[in-house]
Amino acid sequence: MVQILEKQQPTSPIIQLNEQSTVMESKGFNLWYGEHHALKDINLAMNENEVTAIIGPSGCGKSTYIKALNRMVELVPIVRTNGEVNYRGRNIFEKGYEVEELRTKVGMVFQKPNPFPKSIYDNIAYGPRIHGIKNKKILDEIVEKSLCGAAIWDEVKDRLNQNAYGLSGGQQQRICIARCLAIEPDVILMDEPTSALDPISTLKVEELVQEMKENYSIVIVTHNMQQAARISDKTAFFLNGEVIEFDQTDTIFSTPSDQRTEDYISGRFG
Amino acid sequence: MRYLQQEHVMKRMNKRLVWNRVWKGVFIAATSFALLALAILLYRILSQGMGYLNFDFLTNFASRIPENAGIKAALVGSLCLMAVVAPVSIILGVSTAIYLEEYAKKNKLNDFIRMNISNLAGVPSIVFGLLGLTIFVRMLGMGKSILAAGLTMSLLILPVIIVAAQEAIRAVPKDQREASYGMGATKWQTIIRVVIPAAIPGILTGSILALSRAIGETAPLVVIGIPVILQFLPTGMLDTFTALPMQIFDWAKRPQEEFQYVASAGIIVLMAVLIFMNSIAVFIRNKFQKRY
Ligand SMILES: Nc1ncnc2c1ncn2[C@@H]1O[C@H](COP(=O)(O)OP(=O)(O)OP(=O)(O)O)[C@@H](O)[C@H]1O
Ligand SMILES: [Mg+2]
Repeated sequence: MVQILEKQQPTSPIIQLNEQSTVMESKGFNLWYGEHHALKDINLAMNENEVTAIIGPSGCGKSTYIKALNRMVELVPIVRTNGEVNYRGRNIFEKGYEVEELRTKVGMVFQKPNPFPKSIYDNIAYGPRIHGIKNKKILDEIVEKSLCGAAIWDEVKDRLNQNAYGLSGGQQQRICIARCLAIEPDVILMDEPTSALDPISTLKVEELVQEMKENYSIVIVTHNMQQAARISDKTAFFLNGEVIEFDQTDTIFSTPSDQRTEDYISGRFG
Repeated sequence: MRYLQQEHVMKRMNKRLVWNRVWKGVFIAATSFALLALAILLYRILSQGMGYLNFDFLTNFASRIPENAGIKAALVGSLCLMAVVAPVSIILGVSTAIYLEEYAKKNKLNDFIRMNISNLAGVPSIVFGLLGLTIFVRMLGMGKSILAAGLTMSLLILPVIIVAAQEAIRAVPKDQREASYGMGATKWQTIIRVVIPAAIPGILTGSILALSRAIGETAPLVVIGIPVILQFLPTGMLDTFTALPMQIFDWAKRPQEEFQYVASAGIIVLMAVLIFMNSIAVFIRNKFQKRY
């Protein structure tokens, strides 16, 4: 059950979630690209074993926000932040929090499939290897388990030594998901994972997300309203770097409380 | 109203097609010119030098009699020189490129450094010769040795290798790095497992081109004072030596006509060494070539 404990301003509602435990939450989080204030006072909380969707028009800061959750934004030199993003109670931006540690817990799947130009096996084994696993038997098991987890084992089990670039776009994206699963993360961030895929591959990835939430907490950015409605438990609507509304997906899509959310969802948006 | 009128478009069509063909012709002519010059050069050298090229030529030392003259000392000397230049320049060059591309912050100082490395690539080789003479030969007391000459040559080609390696590293797609960082890899792991393997073909192509330049370069060796006529082989890195271009130059400037042919034979050996080096580059490149 969700309870709305307080509603300070209409633009930044804080939603506290009780029964399920919060995995990640941001409190008064701001981000600037140089002078450009890209994220304004973001307050969101993501729950364990739930899918949280982030929707909003192009340029509203969805990618920026999801990349802040594993501090990938820091690869852009001009980025400044303030406020908190807590992962399991600890502020990831606090001094001494190592990004490498964070990113093994909070994995990411990118918009464009980006496998390495290596064999399928080496792609999946990359994560475990960088974390020091050398034992061939253990690696074999991880590779099989991850590929099964990403629903692509049957398609590639006979050609694990072939280059991942020989696969179709949809298969490559599931390889990337498998690669992410191989580091056994706690949270998985997905930035428009199906935008480069055909409808059938999209469907497979969507089904996969549904299955994966048994074991992981998932944050997914999507431009596809139906997708958000189909697969997410909660939905956050972003506009110009602010969270306009954050609620149960059903509520957002049936009875949104903000006019702008309604306009966007019904496609009446500029 | 339509902006493109069919008659107009059709009237211009012929003209456009003619120009299209003209430019193709211009480019073919330019290429043929270069190929022709190369062919004449090769023909001249091969026709003059082949007669003098035999096994004895490779195993004899220099001599006053053209028939007995050999290239042994120079060939071994050049190979020893490469044994210093290749590791020193590639290790230093690639490390510098990695620092500049992956670690250095974007600021005025680093922009200045980047720009000046490219400028250094254009400094005449004789200037590097003087630098080597001052620092390695005299100040560090290495004498006219393989080591001194090798380090000088390394400095000479370092800028070329750095620039080539920087470009190869920059060409590695950003999403490859993101994929690696996204799984918790450190910067070092990302560089060694993702960036370098993808950049290797470009790095090698640039490095081998630079090494080819070093093996044919004469001016710095002249400035350092490398001898031309040697009747023994170097036994260590601090021994003196002679190199292929020095030896060829010495033969070419002699008055006797026969020595011109000996010089041509020397050039054939030098070219054979270059072709060998380039084929190594091609081999490694094909082995590592990855598509994105
Ligand atoms: N590297 C960057 N440098 C400067 N500004 C940036 C950078 N990346 C994004 N921005 C700006 O930040 C804002 C948010 O961008 P972001 O990529 O997060 O949007 P988005 O919601 O993901 O859009 P889309 O749906 O098109 O992917 C935009 O105004 C964008 O111009
Ligand atoms: Mg985006």
